Amino acid sequence: MIDPLSIFLLLLSASTPILFAALGELIVERAGVLNLGVEGMMITGALAGFAVAYVSGSPFLGFAAAATGGAAVSLLFAVLTQFLLANQVASGLALTLFGLGLAALFGKPFEGVKAPPMIPGPFRINWIVWLGLVMVPLIWWFLNRSRGGLILRGVGENHDAAHALGYNVRLVRIGAIAFGGAMAGIGGAFISIATVLQWTEGMTAGAGWIALAIVVFSNWTATGVLVGAWLFGGVTVLQLRLQAAGVKVPVQLLSMAPYLATIIVLVLISARQKFSRRAGGAAPGSLGQNFHALR
Amino acid sequence: MIQLVPRSEVSTLWQFLTPVLAVLATMVAGGLLFWVMGYDPVAAIKTIFWDPLFGMASSYSRPQLLVKAAPLILIASGLAIGFRAGIWNIGAEGQYIIGAICGAAVALAAYPSEGMWIFPAMVVAGAAGGWAWGMIPATLRNWFGASEILVSLMLVYVAQRVAAWMAFGPMKNPEGFGFPGSRNLQQYPSASNPELIAGTGTHWGVVAAAVAVLATWFLMSRHIRGFHIRTAGLAPRAARFAGVKPETLVAFCLGLSGALAGMAGLFEVAGPAGQITDKIGVGYGFTAIIVAFLGRLHPVGILLAGLLLALTYIGGELAQLMLNLPAATVQVFQGMMLFFLLGFDLLTRFKIQRRVVA
Repeated sequence: MIDPLSIFLLLLSASTPILFAALGELIVERAGVLNLGVEGMMITGALAGFAVAYVSGSPFLGFAAAATGGAAVSLLFAVLTQFLLANQVASGLALTLFGLGLAALFGKPFEGVKAPPMIPGPFRINWIVWLGLVMVPLIWWFLNRSRGGLILRGVGENHDAAHALGYNVRLVRIGAIAFGGAMAGIGGAFISIATVLQWTEGMTAGAGWIALAIVVFSNWTATGVLVGAWLFGGVTVLQLRLQAAGVKVPVQLLSMAPYLATIIVLVLISARQKFSRRAGGAAPGSLGQNFHALR
Repeated sequence: MIQLVPRSEVSTLWQFLTPVLAVLATMVAGGLLFWVMGYDPVAAIKTIFWDPLFGMASSYSRPQLLVKAAPLILIASGLAIGFRAGIWNIGAEGQYIIGAICGAAVALAAYPSEGMWIFPAMVVAGAAGGWAWGMIPATLRNWFGASEILVSLMLVYVAQRVAAWMAFGPMKNPEGFGFPGSRNLQQYPSASNPELIAGTGTHWGVVAAAVAVLATWFLMSRHIRGFHIRTAGLAPRAARFAGVKPETLVAFCLGLSGALAGMAGLFEVAGPAGQITDKIGVGYGFTAIIVAFLGRLHPVGILLAGLLLALTYIGGELAQLMLNLPAATVQVFQGMMLFFLLGFDLLTRFKIQRRVVA
């Protein structure tokens, strides 16, 4: 029989990549930046993490490398949008296309080898899963209770006002983008190091895009992100269970479930935001707009 | 210190120059990348950008240029219209796949009867399939305000799985000895999309791409709908006051770009690809986004950019064969090109001046 605890553990594991990526993107979007390059940063992290873990034999070094790699490619996006004032939607797309290509290019030598084993943390749950769960209250606290979070939100709500108050809009945003990149990198590496245990081209399979949808779903809150990631993890586990149980539905149709669920959830939450009093829900005021100080 | 001063009007000169600069910068950066990876940078760049056109194997690769450029141009022409209005269809890859499936479905249903009506019916079905797939994000945005970016992208993954299901299930060739994949449409005269002029690579998709370039040029510069689209992109509020309904534009742009992507998919499955497999989507829908931007969202620019990106595909294959360069090189190249273009774009909107300290 299926016991509920093991299902919950599977759910935690399935939701972790999305949780990291979405928490990172939450910070980026609260700073007023829309980075559609999550998928590209995740795949970069998946490869960088796997490569370093494989070569060094240490999964934890791998995760550190993944965070560094994700942050490094996110800085390409930061330069484009913060210094060269390029369109954020297009730049994010470019980052995704570039990241997928770059990872495929440098990933060739790592195909077909296995990741080193990880030492499980307390209750036999992966340390990175724990880290993800700890990040939720930390980010909540940062956004809602700390001075830094207040500045970040100020920059995201109205960059002109934040600039007038003397805050360095560009610097705050670059920091947020790099943090988002590092988190996406860790999320991607969790797939390659802890879940699949090997590297395959395009292995993030849209997880970065689902993370973006979950930020919208969360109404730009940390707790909302956790709920969204678990919801997604639940659908994934359910779908895999149904496959394993041999349900008379083609595998290809079952594997659509996470993507369809994301669309449905996105529609429901967008409808709620559309028909509620504040149009656009709690979306940051300056989201997706570039800032150029004339003085 | 230097300072950026916004231009009062977008610089026409730089609009022409930046794509050229972006391509040159990509060659330099790509050369550096090859050098780091231990390849001869000059030989690699020459193999990608020069040899397909003028090298030894050019008689084979030149026709391929049109074969690869046609779907890119067809898809990008549609995407560019939406991008002009700030409507982001990034799921063209999905619309392309569904178009291919719907078109192939007509052919497989008609098999083995022959008739003049079959191919035109397939084109209509392909376009309709792509249109319907594009109308999903359009409708969800218009009714519920759901982001068309995320919905259209999610539908790519759904479409890929529909293709895999078709290839292994309903559309599997009954005479295929158990292998996945549909019947090969190239061997079915009424449904195939053959080379029209021998040795040029011209098939019906190339003709359609040429028509699309002309039609979108007319739409954007001579038709009131094109004027509305441009207004909505530049000044959404002004467009609203002028009576332009945003919902109409969303449906029009996503529907049109979906239909064009669907047609591209049909021409591919009936021609160069031949059959529905789980790998029918080869990324044209994503590369077309780069084509649209590199072509400055203008029909003529898209024509040139489509040919250039097609060249990188063919050159990349050649470099794979001749220099043993990894296949993903092309993807990196294309991504770099978009990066550089977006970066250099600064010059069209800003002047760089030395800051005068008062």
